[in-house]
Amino acid sequence: MIIAERKPIAEIVEMTRDHEKVLVLGCRGCVTVCSAGGDREVEILASLLRLGAKKEGRKLEVQEGSLVRQCDKEYIDSLDSWQDGYDAIVSMACGVGVNFIANLRPSTMVYPGVNTSFFGGSPEQGFWTEQCAGCGNCVLHLTGGLCPVARCAKSLMNGPCGGSQNGKCEIHQEVDCVWQMIHDRLERLGRKEQMLDVAPIRDWRTAGHGGPRKTTRDDLTV
Amino acid sequence: MSDFNPNIRAFCCHYTSQQTCAEGSEGLKQDGFPESVSLFRVPCTGKIQVSTLLQAFEDGADAVYVVGCPAESCHNVKGSQRAAKRVGAVKQALSELDVESERIEMFHLERGFHPEFVAVAQEMDKKIKKLGPSPLKGESA
Repeated sequence: MIIAERKPIAEIVEMTRDHEKVLVLGCRGCVTVCSAGGDREVEILASLLRLGAKKEGRKLEVQEGSLVRQCDKEYIDSLDSWQDGYDAIVSMACGVGVNFIANLRPSTMVYPGVNTSFFGGSPEQGFWTEQCAGCGNCVLHLTGGLCPVARCAKSLMNGPCGGSQNGKCEIHQEVDCVWQMIHDRLERLGRKEQMLDVAPIRDWRTAGHGGPRKTTRDDLTV
Repeated sequence: MSDFNPNIRAFCCHYTSQQTCAEGSEGLKQDGFPESVSLFRVPCTGKIQVSTLLQAFEDGADAVYVVGCPAESCHNVKGSQRAAKRVGAVKQALSELDVESERIEMFHLERGFHPEFVAVAQEMDKKIKKLGPSPLKGESA
C-alpha cells in the first residue's frame, strides 16, 4: 500500500489560513490502513484546524468527509454532495488523491494534508517499511523476491557493494543490506548461482525517467 | 488571574475512579477534590480516542487529564498504555499549535480508594490556575 503520514499541523494551518470553509477529506484506501488519512484522522485534523483557528480568533468552518477512494473519477464525482459547503479541500489521501481532485475540479483549491512517503508494508503494528519503488520493470524473480531498487540504498542491480558489512548497509547500522539478504535467501532456496549472473545496464525509462507514466488496458475500455 | 476558575476534564477508567463511586461527589469535595474538575468515567482508558480528548478542548476545557491503571497492570492489559500514547499525541499537537502541552496529562494510579486520585486533581487545578485560560478558547485573540 501507499504509506503516508500527516503533515505538521502548523503547516496545514498555514496553507488554509485564507479560507473560511474547509472540507477535510479522507480516503478509505491505503491511507486508512496506514492510519494517516482515514475517517479517524479526518476527525482529528478537523478538530485541530478548528482549535487552531479559534486560538487565532479566525472564523473557520470545517466539514469532515471521506471517499471510498480519491484515485477514481467516479468517487471524486461524489464531491458534489458537499457542494458549496467549502471553499478549499484538505485532502488526506496520498498525492494521487490530491492530483485527482485538482485534475477533475479545476476551480477547487485543494491542499495536501499528508506527506506521501513510499510503497510499503507493516511488519508490526505502528511500523511501515518500504518494499517497492514502483519502477515499472520488476526484477523480483531474479532476486528471491527481495527488491534491490527499493531496499538497496544505491538501487544496485549487481550487489552487494563494498559498503555491506556483516549484513548491514553502510548508510546505517540498523539498515539490512538487501543484497546480503538476497544472497542468503537464494542460497536457502538452492539458487545461489543466480548471484553470478550479471545484470545488464538498466533502462530506467519505466521508472519515470521517461516522463509521467500511464498504462492502458484495452480489454477494460469500452 | 486569581478569579480564574478553570474548566478541567478528567477521564478515568472504571477501576481507578472507584474512589468517586465510594465517596460520591460530596465525599470527594470533603477530601479536597477541586470543583474545577469534571469527571468522565469510562470502562477503560484504552477506549479514549485522540478525537475525544481534542473535543474536550473544543468544548471549552482549559485542561484535560486521563487517569488509568498502572502501565504494567492494566485490567485490560494495555489499555492505559494506549491511553498514554494518545495523550502523548495530543501533547504533540498542542505544541504544534503553540499551546502549553502540560494542559493535558496522563496519570497511572492504583485501583481502588487512594488519596492520589484527589492529589492529581489538585495538582492539575493548581497548575492550570497558574497557566490561566486555554488559548484554544480564543479569548485572548
